[in-house]
Amino acid sequence: MSGVLDAMASVIARDLRIAMRRRADVMTSLIFFVIVVSLFPLGIGADPVLLRTLGPGVVWVAALLACMLALARLFANDHADGTLEQMVLAPQPLSMLVLAKTAAHWLTTGLPLVIIAPLLGLQFNLDAEALLILLASLLLGTPTLSLIGGIGAALTLGLRGGGALLALLVLPLYIPVLIFGAGAVEATAAALGAGAHLSILGALLLGTLVFAPWATALALRIAIE
Amino acid sequence: MLSAIGLECVRGERRLFAGLGFAMRPGTLLAVRGANGSGKTSLLRILCGLLAPAAGTLTWNNAAISEVSEEYRASLAYLGHLNGLKDELNAAENLQLSLRLAGIAVNEAEALAALEWSGLRERRHQPCATLSQGQRRRVALARLKLSQSRSLWILDEPFIALDTAAVERTRDLIVTHLAGGGMVALTTHQDVPIAAPMTLLIELGA
Repeated sequence: MSGVLDAMASVIARDLRIAMRRRADVMTSLIFFVIVVSLFPLGIGADPVLLRTLGPGVVWVAALLACMLALARLFANDHADGTLEQMVLAPQPLSMLVLAKTAAHWLTTGLPLVIIAPLLGLQFNLDAEALLILLASLLLGTPTLSLIGGIGAALTLGLRGGGALLALLVLPLYIPVLIFGAGAVEATAAALGAGAHLSILGALLLGTLVFAPWATALALRIAIE
Repeated sequence: MLSAIGLECVRGERRLFAGLGFAMRPGTLLAVRGANGSGKTSLLRILCGLLAPAAGTLTWNNAAISEVSEEYRASLAYLGHLNGLKDELNAAENLQLSLRLAGIAVNEAEALAALEWSGLRERRHQPCATLSQGQRRRVALARLKLSQSRSLWILDEPFIALDTAAVERTRDLIVTHLAGGGMVALTTHQDVPIAAPMTLLIELGA
């Protein structure tokens, strides 16, 4: 068991160290997120009621797209330089190593979005409670996006024009997360309480946590053949 | 002991080989020869379990490798065409992290000694992106040097891009591994004689 944890820790340490040395990659999706979210108030105008209605949905859709932007390189570099082969041949179960890779991916792409989202929410005139729920829903939802995205990234690995195919594969699967994520914030604004929405987001996270690494590992084995 | 019965490999529409069988005991060197595209790399990838054979079975200590897959991978060290190095990390980091991933415990001194052995001690803090092709290969070989606890080595063109001195060192490493009861399967286009207790030669595409 400690062997598995040690191997997972080595994968996370490696990916975080690489991210630190390639900050441009991390910044791209974060800046993309900030710009897309900021375009809406500029395009829609300064009507506070309208902005408050649209806010949660806009932030969530932008988070979805920003997550997707970073997905293509989740396994591509490892595939090109042979480290993926070494991962597959490690004595530890591949699905656990995939889980570690996804965790590192979330830490470098999902978590920055979660942290900056409340600041962007201010542009939409969201109040403190709504911002808090926005933060909570993103915190529960973005790991699910990374996990589901991993399956798509593994399935499209090594394909020409895989980027567009990846979007077509993954975006439909993101819909439940989007509905309950944005819904949580809207429910708070309507004074209904976000408990139910957040519970469902949590359940989605637990479900994908079990299922996605296994499916991703299966797809990776096919991709490297 | 690794044995293969009736291995067949089909890539695309072409059948590269069929009915291939052998048994590797401790001390066996399996040398795979053949022209480009004759299926050498495919055979080695089948032996690793990276590629499924179209037909035939592979057994490790009399159990199918699919059934003892984790145990098999824990006895295996693979050096492919690709070195498995991260450009952003330096040689020392690459070595340490890849060994940790493989579950091989080494201390700082052993890692340093392996880098010294491959002549990269002075360059160990340099990102691998700035190393030459031969130097990258040497980092991968330093990993192999520290994988002596793995009984089966599968090496795809291990001498590629290496200078004469490094080829000698690598050959000595392989000979020592074989003499110590290890098994080595390798392909090479270079004429490097390797002394082994037992040698099996497979000529593909013949």
